[in-house]
Amino acid sequence: MTDTASKPGQTEVWITGIGLATSLGEGLDANWAALQEKRINVDEKGFAPFIVHPLLPVSFDSQIPKKGDQRQMEAWQRIGVYAAGLALDSAGIKGNKDILSKIDMVVAAGGGERDLNVDTGVLNAEAKGANAPGFLNERLMSDLRPTLFLAQLSNLLAGNIAIVNGLGGTSRTFMGEEVAGADALRIALSRIASGESDIALVGGSHNGERKDLLVLYEFGDFNLKNKFAPVWARKDHAGFALGSAGAFLVLESKAHAEARGAKPYAKLSSVVTDLARRKQSGDMEATLEKLWDKLPRREGKGAVISGASGAEPATSEERDFLKKHADFPVRATGTMFGHTMETQFPLGIALAALSISRGALFPPNDSTGTEIEMQGAPTQIVVVGAGHWRGEGMALVEAVD
Amino acid sequence: MTAPRDKLGRPVVVVTGMGITTSLGAGKADNWSKLVAGESGIRTITRFPIDGLKTTMAGTVDFVSVDPFSSTGLSERMAELVTQEALEQAGIGARGDFPGPLFLAVAPVEVEWPQRRELGRAVGSPDFTYDDLLRISGGGKYSAYHHRFMFGSVAAHLAETFGTKGSPISLSTACASGATSIQLGVEAIRRGETDAALCVATDGTVNPEALVRFSLLSALSTQNDPPQAASRPFSKNRDGFVMAEGAGALVLESYEAAVARGAKILGVIAGCGELTDSFHRTRSSPDGKPIIGCMNKTLADAGMTPDQIDHINAHGTATPENDKMEFNTTSAVFGDLAQKIPVTSNKSMVGHTISAAGAVEAIFSLLTLEHQRIPPTINYETPDPTILFNVVGNKARDARVTAVMSNSFGFGGQNASLILTREPA
Repeated sequence: MTDTASKPGQTEVWITGIGLATSLGEGLDANWAALQEKRINVDEKGFAPFIVHPLLPVSFDSQIPKKGDQRQMEAWQRIGVYAAGLALDSAGIKGNKDILSKIDMVVAAGGGERDLNVDTGVLNAEAKGANAPGFLNERLMSDLRPTLFLAQLSNLLAGNIAIVNGLGGTSRTFMGEEVAGADALRIALSRIASGESDIALVGGSHNGERKDLLVLYEFGDFNLKNKFAPVWARKDHAGFALGSAGAFLVLESKAHAEARGAKPYAKLSSVVTDLARRKQSGDMEATLEKLWDKLPRREGKGAVISGASGAEPATSEERDFLKKHADFPVRATGTMFGHTMETQFPLGIALAALSISRGALFPPNDSTGTEIEMQGAPTQIVVVGAGHWRGEGMALVEAVD
Repeated sequence: MTAPRDKLGRPVVVVTGMGITTSLGAGKADNWSKLVAGESGIRTITRFPIDGLKTTMAGTVDFVSVDPFSSTGLSERMAELVTQEALEQAGIGARGDFPGPLFLAVAPVEVEWPQRRELGRAVGSPDFTYDDLLRISGGGKYSAYHHRFMFGSVAAHLAETFGTKGSPISLSTACASGATSIQLGVEAIRRGETDAALCVATDGTVNPEALVRFSLLSALSTQNDPPQAASRPFSKNRDGFVMAEGAGALVLESYEAAVARGAKILGVIAGCGELTDSFHRTRSSPDGKPIIGCMNKTLADAGMTPDQIDHINAHGTATPENDKMEFNTTSAVFGDLAQKIPVTSNKSMVGHTISAAGAVEAIFSLLTLEHQRIPPTINYETPDPTILFNVVGNKARDARVTAVMSNSFGFGGQNASLILTREPA
């Protein structure tokens, strides 16, 4: 019912552009090199006892030339606009007005960072007895920057991408944590596969270096504390380390790509998503199994790129699921990039397409044996994205014949 | 019998159930009778102190109670009520088993001030830092707040309650969100992925910070007294929109599936269109081209020409810029007809329900088609002489209405339009 498998008569959808700005670097070469070297960039001090994967600094000017535009955005938006620009560059359509004026956009987004000084200032004053009825109103009226709202609004990531790059097609923003990234790809894929759209920019961005987000996830005791460990090695020390990243993809119908001479990294064959009830142990695993069966047949050389976060019980259930498919070498992006929430699934798709185009899966980075070496070039990679609380997604990325 | 496919060969998408809640009341009957009577739902805010605010009125939904209160909780409760109403009318599926996906337009979610204050009090001493808040957030005491303030929480709750299929999509296209939720449902049915879709839009975010945010952007009316007269679309003395709460739900089905199960067809979503404006974060391109393109795309999607539209349910926020832009762009698309087609803005009475507006106004448009009566634009005492719309001013008007265009324009360059008709074309 909510499947997006290429059906007979539907057009093939290629991934023709990838933009990455992560804690490991910007661009495909830097990220690929870091993965080969098993490099991990974590900050264990800045937010101690919490661990985050900070963005490796980039020069925003190269993708967001106007300082005025940069000032209108908070970090999560700047990271996203930057990565989106890289994806357009990678697809060779940056500045191509004919294409950009009709490109469809589906963005997975959360919300923007709060002004912590304002929040702390209000709460401290109240703790000291400020209790006039209009106190909060007056402080917010005088202390909030007028344009901060626009840097917080979920759909203003897409808005800023459109402004900076002159996009003029459709623009939709999906929210809902991890699975929003999978649903963004599912809808974009189904629109192109059915002929509703020719080309789409899809992705998300996340700033993991935010104390307001740490508070939110700390409510549920989801944050990784004190000591870093690979995702699969956190069972007795569960949690996710928030990561900063932007990951965008250009999806395009084969015909549209061929007409302009664009080369594919890979094809996106299918994206399926669901909402397990997660009332009982095993609910999520059963849903992942169901999604696995919905993907097109896998007969090639396969692998799995997982977005497992390290949070429990989701990570253990996903591992149980993966054990049943142990012939597929697994890689967890959460170990290398941290948990980038809405961005994790697009990031997984990006790394799958990159691995296929480079003829090798990146090496394992795990002490538990869950990740094993892979010899030879993968031709089919399943991307798995299970939310830390709700939502499951899966996709099949394949080599173009 | 009409063909189950439209002019472009796609399944015709019909509406078989609707539910609505606004500041006027709960349900279609109550809302419609008050709407055509020209009643306003705008009132002075009582939910929280208004001292120090420039704008002190809003279209709050105070008759729906949520405990503990949060804007997201209110959004969820309203969404639940309107979905129940829509499903009862549609009579589709079984209880807790809706045979299709959910598309939910919902305001962005974040931790709110009551919960933040609770944390602040829990620190137990003045002169604390944000790190102190962070230190006491864990341990399970506030685990309910994690669930409450997940962006996907409202959709997950609705999906579990009503048994929608697959992953529910939560979306935001700012003030166009409600229209986008309908568009996503229409597209899923047209692609043949499903025979039915549940499209819900909800917004319960009249809280101090949301009000301040819009206030700081000078977007809100400050004509607080009397509150009922604050929202003045197309008037010379309009000075901004009025924040409001509400929700709308529509059950969409393919015409074929609806007929097969003998469902009553309430109307047709004949066309959807959307076009991004990359000019500015909050302002429309001065040439109006993106909005013009959006309306033209919608007409093309419906396979219709401007002369076939006999009513426009305007975005009509009552901000100085929006209403002027809407007239200019409508004129560019409709020519002289822009001054003849009856136009109304529901926001004059229910205010701007932000994320819900597109769905709320689509439902009012469908009720207009059903009753052949156009609700008025109230507070239309001093027409803006530069906006030459045929405004249905102050009193409802009986009219032959066969096709309505409903417009939604939002921050971030979001433009979306819908065309709704009584019968399949």
